[in-house]
Amino acid sequence: MTTQQANTKQIWHWLELVPDPEIPVISVVDLGIIRDVEWKGDVLEIIITPTYSGCPAMAVIAADIRAELVKQGVNKLSLKTQIAPAWTTDWLSDKGRARLEEYGIAPPRQAGTPQHCPLCKSTSVEKISQFGSTPCKALWRCTSCLEPFDYFKCI
Amino acid sequence: MSALFQFLLRQGDNTLVLGHRVSEWCGAAPALEEDIALANTALDLIGQTQMWLGYAAEIEEAGRTADDLAFLRDAYDFRNLLLLETPNRNFGHTLLRQFLFDAYQVPLLASLESSTDQRIADIATKAGKEAQYHLERSQDTVIALGDGTEQSHTIMQDALNRLWSYTGEMFESDIVDEAMTANGIAPDPTSLRDVWNTTVDAALKLADLKAPEDNFAHKGGKNGRRHTEHLSHMLSTMQVLQRSYPGASW
Repeated sequence: MTTQQANTKQIWHWLELVPDPEIPVISVVDLGIIRDVEWKGDVLEIIITPTYSGCPAMAVIAADIRAELVKQGVNKLSLKTQIAPAWTTDWLSDKGRARLEEYGIAPPRQAGTPQHCPLCKSTSVEKISQFGSTPCKALWRCTSCLEPFDYFKCI
Repeated sequence: MSALFQFLLRQGDNTLVLGHRVSEWCGAAPALEEDIALANTALDLIGQTQMWLGYAAEIEEAGRTADDLAFLRDAYDFRNLLLLETPNRNFGHTLLRQFLFDAYQVPLLASLESSTDQRIADIATKAGKEAQYHLERSQDTVIALGDGTEQSHTIMQDALNRLWSYTGEMFESDIVDEAMTANGIAPDPTSLRDVWNTTVDAALKLADLKAPEDNFAHKGGKNGRRHTEHLSHMLSTMQVLQRSYPGASW
């Protein structure tokens, strides 16, 4: 077959269409786990850096990426896991951070605490637990509106 | 068995055995938040196990995978610290064991970040971030429970009395450690004792807990010579599926 290879800019655009399975408002690109996209001959190589060592979503993410690219006509794919440099929340895109907040998840901050409640924006917040519904989140509570909320841990 | 293979088994078996023990709390912890925290901690540890045992399997070059090493070895082939195979007993006991290990694992991984073996340095950098987070939580919980009610204090002091004699093994150095130190692959375990003492002493003081003065240390886990009977019982549960249905996969 002699179909023309999609350029990598186009591939990155397609990857933007793949949502994080546990936080569907952000894409795998926003999450910062796609480190490189490169054609090796007629095989498209994608380098993925996992968020947490044991994150069960990684297998789903790999399957979702494969499904999207096959749909776009890229059939020869090689997904590679790279652990170094280690994933950091610094790699979350600004768009991703804004989407998290809109979705009700406080984005990570260097200070290690949420800036404010993602729902009512009050700065009166307190930690309930260091771990939340997924490995990447902690559980916090707003003492103004009393709603609990997830905080994306800063690592 | 090469020294490097044994060293990697020790790292992977530590995280695997502790990870499995912590996962035993899934659905049974005293509060929902604690249940989630324990399950997430176990997940991190088992994820780290995949990296350690995955590398161990490559070094061994015997065609085994990380899963083979985890699910098809017997107790005497495990190289984890005895501390980590001790039963959970109760929530306080589980968190104190976690703290005693985290306080050791954090400086160990920090040192391994500059290992001459790049793969080990990469794994340590990744795992170190998670270990640091575990330490913050286990330390806070030990202090809160030790300095809590009369009942929680009593439970924590009892746990410390039971676990103390299992802590010495972490700092024992043997021929495998000597080989790792000589090649700049890993630090001498004895060199981690001071920083561990500093972390543990500070937390125990805040928790109003007293470490036993007797420094007798149970040994035989990291060299596989004398595991406690608890490990076999744990493995019988952990490995039952692969033993009963060899090769079964999701």
